[in-house]
Amino acid sequence: MTDSFGLALSLVWHADAALLQVVALSLRVSGLACLMGALLGLWLGTWLAVARFPGQAVVVWLLNTLLALPSVVVGLLVYLLLSRAGPLGSLGILFTPTAMVIAQSVLVVPLMAALTRRLVLDALEDGGDQLRSLGASPMQTGALLLVHERLGVLTIVLTAFGRAIAEVGAVMIVGGNIDGVTRVMTTSIALETSKGDLPLALALGLLLLGVVALVNLLIAAMQGRTALRGAAWA
Amino acid sequence: MTGAALVTLTDAGVRFGRVQALRGINLRLHRGERLALVGANGSGKTSLLRLLHGLQACSSGTAVYGTGGAGPAPAPVAAMVFQHPFLLHLSVRSNVLLALWLRGVPRAQRAARCDEALRRVGLQDLAQRAARALSGGQQQRLSLARAWALRPDVLYLDEPTASLDPSAKREVEALIDSIAAEGVTVVMSTHNLGQAKRLATRVLYLEGGRLVVDLPVDRFFNDALPTEAAQFLKGELPWR
Repeated sequence: MTDSFGLALSLVWHADAALLQVVALSLRVSGLACLMGALLGLWLGTWLAVARFPGQAVVVWLLNTLLALPSVVVGLLVYLLLSRAGPLGSLGILFTPTAMVIAQSVLVVPLMAALTRRLVLDALEDGGDQLRSLGASPMQTGALLLVHERLGVLTIVLTAFGRAIAEVGAVMIVGGNIDGVTRVMTTSIALETSKGDLPLALALGLLLLGVVALVNLLIAAMQGRTALRGAAWA
Repeated sequence: MTGAALVTLTDAGVRFGRVQALRGINLRLHRGERLALVGANGSGKTSLLRLLHGLQACSSGTAVYGTGGAGPAPAPVAAMVFQHPFLLHLSVRSNVLLALWLRGVPRAQRAARCDEALRRVGLQDLAQRAARALSGGQQQRLSLARAWALRPDVLYLDEPTASLDPSAKREVEALIDSIAAEGVTVVMSTHNLGQAKRLATRVLYLEGGRLVVDLPVDRFFNDALPTEAAQFLKGELPWR
């Protein structure tokens, strides 16, 4: 473990180019996946919170079930879609970062939608009637409540980012772990473990944790600034 | 009172699952009236306000919005102030502007109407502050400004001063009085019979979801009332 800490520090200290590339690709893929997932997940969650339609309970049940979707299953489904014989095979994006972004987006959409639905439902209890009385349509009400609960939305996006950057199954299947092209931190860890280079695998694991911790710190700082600004107005 | 009815309820009832919140309500709300809804907790005051506003549909009977004696008329512009105003985590000004946007007020008119409303309630100097950072009384005044900016025909108020201190209560009461004096129809629920006496021209007493008494304010406080209403009044005004 001590060796791993030393190795992790050494890799960071020497700004190893290969390592930086892996970290940068991890951040880019998971960041884009969260962005794409947020577009769909926030909308879907908001809609499920404010809409009333037959079969809604079934859709919510399905969404909650998808929260437990294993990343390898998502990888397999996206692989089948993007493989040469699949319906989207002509795009030729299998084993590229784009395929990894798609897979991680699919993975985070149910999580973001379920958390957003809960966030909006709770906010609706406080302000739904009052926004409706001002003339807001159901989707306007939901969108305004997302603006109102923007720190909660930020937490949802962060949670989804954590889920995306930490998963290995989907990106391994659709990315192929190609050195310099689709290798990200989690697939590197899996590879080094299988090769028996446990100190390097652990060092990469520590780095992964560090990256997530740093993102968390940035979000906390943003939340703190917002809270302080509110206090200064008071 | 004669003239056009802004809202007409005929044998209206509201049910929430097994709970019958309102039953057999017959009521015509006329332009320029000041109605006070009184009654114990759970008597149906808020449900009746929501029904009149259109936030709640009838489970039985009918609710017609905007019919006059001469035939159909457009539904009245209505706004509502709640006991605990919900203000978005935005500035005071943005909260009012947003309400105007939601009601489809043209962009060119929004700023002027917002400033006018904030001046009206004395919050123009706090326009850039966070709405949630205001005191309870200021938040209720902002809620009134937001409603008044919509230039409503009818203003519904659900216990608007229930959680305010006496000074804030007086401020909000004065605002309601001045808004009503401009011809805006006011319907408010209250536990405060003194407030009903000061602000209303007509008092409705509800019990168990039924409309038991509907009288002009002077008759409500001076005439012999049905037993349940008299007991309520006695409880609220022990010196009678």
